[in-house]
Amino acid sequence: MSMKSSTRQVDGVTIVDLSGRITLGEGSVVLRDTVRDLLSKGQKKILLNLGDVNYIDSSGIGELVSAFTTAKNQGGELKLLNLTKKVHDLLQITKLYTVFDVKEDEAAGVKSFSK
Amino acid sequence: MSADRVSYTLDSTLETVNNAEETASRMAAEAGFDDEEVMKISMAVREAAVNAVLHGNAYDPNKKVTLAFERTPRDLVIVIRDQGKGLDASKIPDPLAPDNLMKTSGRGIFLIRSFMDVVEIHPSHTGTEFRMIKHVPGNAADSKEAPQ
Repeated sequence: MSMKSSTRQVDGVTIVDLSGRITLGEGSVVLRDTVRDLLSKGQKKILLNLGDVNYIDSSGIGELVSAFTTAKNQGGELKLLNLTKKVHDLLQITKLYTVFDVKEDEAAGVKSFSK
Repeated sequence: MSADRVSYTLDSTLETVNNAEETASRMAAEAGFDDEEVMKISMAVREAAVNAVLHGNAYDPNKKVTLAFERTPRDLVIVIRDQGKGLDASKIPDPLAPDNLMKTSGRGIFLIRSFMDVVEIHPSHTGTEFRMIKHVPGNAADSKEAPQ
């Protein structure tokens, strides 16, 4: 199953709703292209909604790190929203859970971005 | 249950990675692992297959990946072999080290070791073999070893 991505704007924050798998190949490319496209358009407050992402492999983890770093290097902020247990556990064992800013509530997540 | 072994010879493609993962998922479920363990086993196999296809065989159409599953009463044993130059596992950096935490790659073998009970990496000049074992929960062999 491939990954789907759609974006919406809420109070100046771009929420990216992802669903499917972020794995080597198509899924990782979709995530990379989506984030780079947003940054190039000046949309630098990005909330990645992973609520419907049911699988991430090491390549997908690498893409999340890359997206986080790319946004930060361009003066943006990228946060994660609605982690499934599988994704949560993966970020825990790779010690990345505390690196990412992880939100469980969309409204609070949107408000957490700097104005 | 008697030993049950099946093996596949696969091309060095992304499709092989997906097939290996799906086959591992099916074999693990048939061996009696719960959903969480099935996910871990299939992800370990996926990561080993990625390693074989990308880093071992480098997508070379002339090189194959072999994948073998063996079920015993005690274990599910999975072996993945490539035809690359041989992986030097000692040179793989620790992905949990502070300097490596934000790297975008290098977590595959760490995940394999995290998810499987036994992981042996056997490199040679003709390729690298990953031998991964997951102990079957509540297996007959354990019962035999239980104190009387």
